Amino acid sequence: MSLTHYLVLAAILFVIGALAVLVRRNALVALMGVELMLNAGNLMLVTFARMHGGLEGQVLAFFVMVVAAAEVVIGLAIVVAIFRTRNSASIDDVDLLRN
Amino acid sequence: MNTFVPPVVQWGALTPVLIVFGAAVLGVLLEAFLPLRARRGVQTVLAIGALGASLVAVGWRWSVVQESGASELVGGAVIEDLPALATQMVILLCSLVGVLVIADKAGGEEAFAARAAASPGTRYEAMTREKGLVQTEVFPLTLFAIVGMLVFPTSGTLLTLFIALEVLSLPLYLLSGLARRRRLLSQEAALKYFLLGAFATGFVLMGIALLYGYSGTLRLDELAAAVPATAGLDGLLLAGMALLLVGLLFKIGAVPFHNWVPDVYQGAPTPITGFMAAGTKIAAIMIMMRVVYVVAPGLAWDFAPMMWVIAILTMIVGTVLAIVQDDVKRMLAFSSVAHAGFLLLGIIALEATAIGSMLFYLLAYGLATVGAFALVTLVRERDADGNVTGEALSLSQWAGLGRTNPWLAGSMALFLLSLAGIPLTGGFIGKFTVFAAAVQGGAWPLVVIAVLASAAAAYFYIRLIVAMFFTEPRTDVAGRGSTVVVRSEGMTVVAVAVAVIGTVYLGVLPAPVLDLLDSAAMFLL
Amino acid sequence: MDTVNLAWLLVAIPLASATLLLLLGRASDRWGHWLGVLSSAVPAVLAIVILAEMLGVGEDQRSTRVHLFDWITAGDFTVRAGLLVDPLSITFALLITFVGTLIHIYSVGYMAQDPDRRRFFAYLNLFIAAMLLLVLGDSFALLFVGWEGVGLASYLLIGFWNQRTDYAVAAKKAFVMNRVGDMGMLVAMMAMFATFGSVDYETVFGAVEGTNEGVLTVIGLTLLLAACGKSAQVPLQAWLGDAMAGPTPVSALIHAATMVTAGVYLIVRAGAIFEAAPAAQLVVVIVGAVTLLFGAIVGTSKDDIKKALAASTMSQIGYMVLAAGLGPVGYAFAIFHLITHGFFKAGLFLGAGAVMHGMNDDVNMRQFGALRTVMRITWVTFALGWLAILGIPPFSGFWSKDLIIEAAFTGTGWQPWVFGGAALLGAGITALYMSRLYFMTFHGKARWHEPGQDGPGPEREPHEVGALMTVPMIILAAGSVGLGLVLYQGVPFLGFLESVTGTAEPAPVLPRWLLITLTLVLVVLGVLIAWRQFAVREVPLEAPRGSALTRAARQDLYGDTINETLVMRPGQVLTRTLAATDRYVVDGGVHRVAGLTEGLGQSLRRYQTGYARNYAATMLVGVIVVLVLVLATRV
Repeated sequence: MSLTHYLVLAAILFVIGALAVLVRRNALVALMGVELMLNAGNLMLVTFARMHGGLEGQVLAFFVMVVAAAEVVIGLAIVVAIFRTRNSASIDDVDLLRN
Repeated sequence: MNTFVPPVVQWGALTPVLIVFGAAVLGVLLEAFLPLRARRGVQTVLAIGALGASLVAVGWRWSVVQESGASELVGGAVIEDLPALATQMVILLCSLVGVLVIADKAGGEEAFAARAAASPGTRYEAMTREKGLVQTEVFPLTLFAIVGMLVFPTSGTLLTLFIALEVLSLPLYLLSGLARRRRLLSQEAALKYFLLGAFATGFVLMGIALLYGYSGTLRLDELAAAVPATAGLDGLLLAGMALLLVGLLFKIGAVPFHNWVPDVYQGAPTPITGFMAAGTKIAAIMIMMRVVYVVAPGLAWDFAPMMWVIAILTMIVGTVLAIVQDDVKRMLAFSSVAHAGFLLLGIIALEATAIGSMLFYLLAYGLATVGAFALVTLVRERDADGNVTGEALSLSQWAGLGRTNPWLAGSMALFLLSLAGIPLTGGFIGKFTVFAAAVQGGAWPLVVIAVLASAAAAYFYIRLIVAMFFTEPRTDVAGRGSTVVVRSEGMTVVAVAVAVIGTVYLGVLPAPVLDLLDSAAMFLL
Repeated sequence: MDTVNLAWLLVAIPLASATLLLLLGRASDRWGHWLGVLSSAVPAVLAIVILAEMLGVGEDQRSTRVHLFDWITAGDFTVRAGLLVDPLSITFALLITFVGTLIHIYSVGYMAQDPDRRRFFAYLNLFIAAMLLLVLGDSFALLFVGWEGVGLASYLLIGFWNQRTDYAVAAKKAFVMNRVGDMGMLVAMMAMFATFGSVDYETVFGAVEGTNEGVLTVIGLTLLLAACGKSAQVPLQAWLGDAMAGPTPVSALIHAATMVTAGVYLIVRAGAIFEAAPAAQLVVVIVGAVTLLFGAIVGTSKDDIKKALAASTMSQIGYMVLAAGLGPVGYAFAIFHLITHGFFKAGLFLGAGAVMHGMNDDVNMRQFGALRTVMRITWVTFALGWLAILGIPPFSGFWSKDLIIEAAFTGTGWQPWVFGGAALLGAGITALYMSRLYFMTFHGKARWHEPGQDGPGPEREPHEVGALMTVPMIILAAGSVGLGLVLYQGVPFLGFLESVTGTAEPAPVLPRWLLITLTLVLVVLGVLIAWRQFAVREVPLEAPRGSALTRAARQDLYGDTINETLVMRPGQVLTRTLAATDRYVVDGGVHRVAGLTEGLGQSLRRYQTGYARNYAATMLVGVIVVLVLVLATRV
């Protein structure tokens, strides 16, 4: 099992995550897409750490997990506030600011 | 296994950051334990005091570093050199002015929602207003954001860079959604900021991962060392660098990553907009400068086409779109995009002389921006019943302010002229020195475009000045009430005064400040 | 102590006084005019002291250069401000301050009824300061500052009563025509700077030897153009008649004695240049000859007493220019005539002012007549001035004008005959029109009547004017009588000047006694014709149609028409074309660019859709483009 496979997987996950943000209208799914992107990055970091034989990548992965968690908290708070106001979790419904 | 060597933490050198961080944590605790009435006063004093103390600490560190030279801190995670300290100084100055505006109760009401959780239009929200609740968590959140801004430009490793980026951004996502009036727009701004910001963070992380993969290290200096050496794995380096820069470009609002700027600036509570516009730009530009100057000089050839295209597009798009705006905050937002384009010239220049110039430009820009948004908080609408409501943001509503409120209009005119880069203001000197550095670095076509864009930009700045001074005030504008200027408690006035004095001083006597900043002309590494 | 080092006070005192009077405004109305008089008198005294000192030293030590300060420093280019005090400049300074002070005193009485009298004195002081700077400066740059200053003062004073539009228009005309001359000055200075690297007298005159004659000719001709503008010589003479719209003291001081002589000063001072460029010199002489005849012919037809005197001034300066153009043989004579002319012309103008004062400010000589019985002092002083300008011995004009006629007849070839003949003829016509003026005003039958009496013409109550006005006239008349004799026989004035101007013996082609006789014959002839025409015969109240030449002379020999056709109309066409270009091409271009920008903005703003997903998509596209740009260049 060559390590490059992990890299390719990470890249695919990243692309899926990005597409999820782009394509899906539900804010929570978009949030999940962002999480997917961050985790793809994590995977890549760990893989490279293994390649180089160092630990820094893994340490960074830990930090990224924490950061991702914090980000989710904030994101959910915002989504919930919007949901309460508009009764909709669709990103497309928030389009008052334009042009 | 090697024995674990704990890193030495130079607490003394970290005091500026630690003071603000400690104040932020303390603020959170005070939120929990203080009675309702006391919170606002204590938090305000704490925030302003912490920023002032931090400024003093930075001054102390500056003198220390001037004597004993720059150094790495915490095992290389944080760099303490003169550019870093200078950046921190500029950020603290602008943040101090910004926090004064945030803390102020202009017109007897706060700029922030009484309870963020209350949905607008519900009875719950009306009740929170009657009870006089105040969302004082704004202060610790702001302080956390400032911590992120302070650490961001001093990062010595990609890890610190990432963390600082997040610490800087997350509170701002929240703060954008807390506006008291026009809450729908505010929540929308928060969502967009968050979504796109997280999106960009994904790219940054990817870039960091690729760079780590290329060099095997997260440290910037080792990364720089690895740049020319390894051949063949070039793709990783270039792609990683590109993605990292994309994330940073997102933060400063460069085209094509700028779409969030107008919406977020317009929707966020105005004091936050001012604070955000100044602080994030300063921090992001300086870390981008550090990355490019330290790591990427060898890659200049590869990145030049991309950076040139982005710079040109940013300048043009920012200017052109600002011309067609009617809303003052949105116009200032697009002008901020244009300024990002001008600032990119300093980064493209790759000249050591550009560092001091960029800091000067950022200082002048920061003061003018915070000042301008501070004044926007004071100009309100009056509805049909005579009650003062939200801010009057349409250009036509600003007509005739020169006659009714000469001081406000005059200060606004000064800030607009500084942003336009008219001589005798700090903005002019900033633009001039940055453009000069860019010409020195061989980017003179960019400077030509920058000058043309500045000339075109003068239009929308002057348009507002003309509206204020040379137009008759309108009593009824298309169904909205008349414009009224509210009194501030005093802090906004102080903030505007500081910004005015700063802008004029930087424009008329730039030499001392310029010399001071030029002495910070060497990045460590 | 060396008073010459205080020479800067000559300029500073009147300048300070002018500033003070203008700044204090109405508060100084009651004593302002006396300050003005004082600020003209003190420099006069100072000039006399400097002269006394100068006479005490040897001839070669009379020229002192007083350095004041460094004016402009730009790299290697330095312009130093300093004064050159030598016989030529001190002569002018004395003339300016002495005659100036007399006219200041006269003005106290003349302008007594005018509420703006203080402002008048401020402008007069300003003029004195500027004129002194003009003659005392040690470089063309300082001369030019004074040049412009007197032009400004002249404009302010001609249009002093600017409540009347035609006066304001006259002021504007004077200013504009002077500007044409000033252009010549500027071009000359630029050429000087390009050739010699400096514009101060010492450097320029020292470097004339060995410089290309063509360049020197150009400099000479442009300097001549400047002199024509200031001294109202052909082709820039049309403004002087209109300048008579100003108060009479102004006409006396500026347009007779001093400012209009600045051109002569310029030519004499720049003598070294002209001597090295004979072509330019010849043009100077031609201009002088043409103008002296032009002024004389115009003067014979004017019924306005001031305009007639103005034409006379033009003509007399023509004499001076003629003499100055003859080279070293004529410089001193030109200055000599300048001095004597300053006295008698100022006296004539002040007399005319007194007449106007007594005749309700009327200037039409056809409504004067027989005033000698009612205004005795004025009549006597005027008569003395008249005799002087005619050149009757032993009055001052005789000595100076005769020397010029003599010098005009000097030389070889056709020149002495042509120029000498012109000067001679001019003397005759001068006698004619001046006598006409004199007889029409003071002799003959009265063409006015006292109120309550019967008679022709308008009602008038002519009376003699007060002492403030008569004393200066008397003093000037005394000068008109004796100055010539004093300066020629009594004091070696010409020799005094020669240390600056150089000298040459006039060697006229006709013997001297013949010339003097011919001149006197022509003069007497002119007087007799005038006597018969205007003292004996009835002078009609309405001007008769007259011959073609008379009509042409009334129209200033069509000077204005020529100016309009040749210069003004083409200028207007050019201006209109440029304005249209500015409107359509330049402004139009700007508007089109602005429209483009706005259009671009309107189309780009549609990309800001408001949908977060669109934004994210743009970002993704941006990332892909960036990656392509970065990675593709590697391959």
